Amino acid sequence: MSAGVLRGFSDTGRRDLAFGVLTLLLFGAVVAVFPGFASPRNVAGLLDDTSILVMLALGQMLVILVRGVDLSVAANLALCGMLAALFNRAYPGAGVLPAVLLAAGAGTLLGACNGLLVWKLRLPPIVVTLGTMSVYRGVIYLLSRGEWVNENEMSREFLAFPRGTFLGLTTLSWLAIVIAALFVVALRRTRVARDLYAAGGNPEAAAYSGIDAGRMQFLAYTICGAIAGLAGCLWVSRFAVAYTDIALGFELQVIAACLIGGVAIAGGVGSAVGVVLGCVFIGIIRSSLPLVGISPFWQMFINGAVILVAVLLSARRREHPRTVLESA
Amino acid sequence: MSTPLLTLTDIRKSFGGARALERVALELHPGSVTALLGENGAGKSTLVKILSGVHQPDGGEIRIDGRAIRIADPVAARELGIGVVHQECLAFDNLSVAENLFVNNQPARHGFVNWRELRARASAVLRELDAGFDADLPAARLSIAQKHVVQIARALVHDSRVLILDEPTASLSQRECAELFRIVRSLRDAGRALLFISHKFDEVFEIADRYAVFRDGASVGAGLLADTDRDALIRLMVGRDVGQLFPRGETATGGDELLRVDGLRRAGEFADISFALNRGEILGIYGLVGAGRTELAQVLFGVQPADAGRVTLSPAARAAGIALVPEDRQSQGAVLPFSIAANLALPNLATLAPRGWCDAARETGLAREWIDRLAIRATGPDQVVHSLSGGNQQKVVIAKWLARRPAVLVLDEPTKGIDVGAKAAVHQVTSDYARAGNGVIMISSDLPEILGMSDRVLVMRRGRLRGEFTRDTATPAALLRAASDA
Repeated sequence: MSAGVLRGFSDTGRRDLAFGVLTLLLFGAVVAVFPGFASPRNVAGLLDDTSILVMLALGQMLVILVRGVDLSVAANLALCGMLAALFNRAYPGAGVLPAVLLAAGAGTLLGACNGLLVWKLRLPPIVVTLGTMSVYRGVIYLLSRGEWVNENEMSREFLAFPRGTFLGLTTLSWLAIVIAALFVVALRRTRVARDLYAAGGNPEAAAYSGIDAGRMQFLAYTICGAIAGLAGCLWVSRFAVAYTDIALGFELQVIAACLIGGVAIAGGVGSAVGVVLGCVFIGIIRSSLPLVGISPFWQMFINGAVILVAVLLSARRREHPRTVLESA
Repeated sequence: MSTPLLTLTDIRKSFGGARALERVALELHPGSVTALLGENGAGKSTLVKILSGVHQPDGGEIRIDGRAIRIADPVAARELGIGVVHQECLAFDNLSVAENLFVNNQPARHGFVNWRELRARASAVLRELDAGFDADLPAARLSIAQKHVVQIARALVHDSRVLILDEPTASLSQRECAELFRIVRSLRDAGRALLFISHKFDEVFEIADRYAVFRDGASVGAGLLADTDRDALIRLMVGRDVGQLFPRGETATGGDELLRVDGLRRAGEFADISFALNRGEILGIYGLVGAGRTELAQVLFGVQPADAGRVTLSPAARAAGIALVPEDRQSQGAVLPFSIAANLALPNLATLAPRGWCDAARETGLAREWIDRLAIRATGPDQVVHSLSGGNQQKVVIAKWLARRPAVLVLDEPTKGIDVGAKAAVHQVTSDYARAGNGVIMISSDLPEILGMSDRVLVMRRGRLRGEFTRDTATPAALLRAASDA
């Protein structure tokens, strides 16, 4: 084994390290041209901008780990955000916490719906979540009758919630940091997470080891949904508006962040650190392009190119020669 | 005689209507290796699945230390001390070796994995086995032999007293086998009870001390290996009447040569394959699962390229070509969501639609003709193949190629998993097609089928031809010996 300096790191750890260095280089390159990019205020802003993506991508990672995909994550976010906004409009005096809990609870239910359909009816994940994506968007329209909930209809407390600062970072950033830390520890240390990796890596072998891969899928979708619900409330209060089409198409950025962060679409491989780095990478590109004077439309092109390169690099196939043939 | 550790009595199991096990009995003794022998389809795999808790028996009794038990699921099997090394090597490539050993059973407190203990215990077990690789290595980097060792280590970690090895040597080199046997012996000497499933008699006599033989899902013999010999075991494995059911009457007279194969080789799969096929002949190819027969068929048909050698069709046969009815009809043979007519049309579009325009009437006509000729039980040419029974699906796959009138028809396990009626029909069609002056190569693991249908039989073992038999010299024992000797 040519482990060298990297001895002690798993394959995933090694990849995360390499990608971390790459992200730092990108950051350094932008700073070299625009020193202001490294100012504490700008970095804090970058973090704030990336926080919701980080949360959603971590939830999505769980789903991809068990060989699924959740296309409904942005629609779930929008529906739960609308619920929180409507609740806040109806009960402005109730405070922020009930709205947050309502959104997270509703998101959990919506995620569990996806999970049940995939687990119990054994429907293909892409079909299930493509369907629920539309259903969830439709429900928003029905709830809001197609109308917007605007800033002036939200309580001041509700609007202030994600913007509060502590040690120079916003509440939103802190929430993303806490969730990311929980993910890092849980994925590495808890038994249920290790079962999740096993079920995604080889469902058949998992069954022979007494792991119900379907139950693991259900769990992943439910957690993904809970995070989407929470993120919905945060999104609506941060952008101070709720309507049917918020975060439209955002699920694709979430999935892109996972893939850039080294999550294998075939399941079983991925780390929380990698996903966070993937989000930061996208965040740096997104916020530096206007500085460099490149149209933000190039962002999609660059994201796409990075995905293709990442997939290409991890596609080094290991040949498992079959040894049927007996030597003469 | 020691008291058995694990006793099975009167185990029965059916899938749908098909009986897989009937009145199976088995004893495993501590400090002993019992060899389980039987042809393909004798019920060995079903037994392994019952012992590993994947399937539940329909009846019968399982006892450990004389106590009746139920193996409800794989976790129960593990807790009862039954460890299984699966033939297909079920490893988690995305996890480290240490994690593989403890999947779903990690040392943990309050749901949190204790990595230090996990690594320490994994390393200890690997040291005990003298495995020669590190517990932190990703399982993807292991060879197949090393993955087998990981499965054995997994059983040890769970302190399994009963260890089932399902054809563990099927894809190992000689040196890797020796290494595996060293481990098996040390486990035996430590007082564990082992079940060793293998087709290779020399291995069986080398490593095991007891035997049990299954035939058609039933136990037909068991005892000490010291009291028996290879020929007696083969008689037990085969012992049944062969021949009546098959339509092949007279042997084909030597027609002209249709196909000649010279020194065909594909790296890692087969080598030095040479034979000829004559007009009017059914050439059987027998061998154990994994002998390289399917790979040979794929090269003959051109799905995979050969690395060396030649396949020559006689000038007269060149236009008509070669067709292959593949082993896996659901994924390779038929397009399941298509209708019977659309499936039949696929390889015949050149004649059905010469200018690129499909003609539904002609396709339907062709389908009607073959539904009649092969007695395909269907509502009509428009029925979707997915909704047909396995036997009728197979008839559709055969029909789509026969409609092309290939000079050489290659059939890979043509009657696997289909009912008796359809089986007889497939045999009849095959026989008629050969008699009409074409050549048929029939690959089968079903001994009676090979013996009943073939004019000549080639036996493959581990990628090489290991025998050629005529109708007179092809006996069950001779074929089985050629297929399984190492």
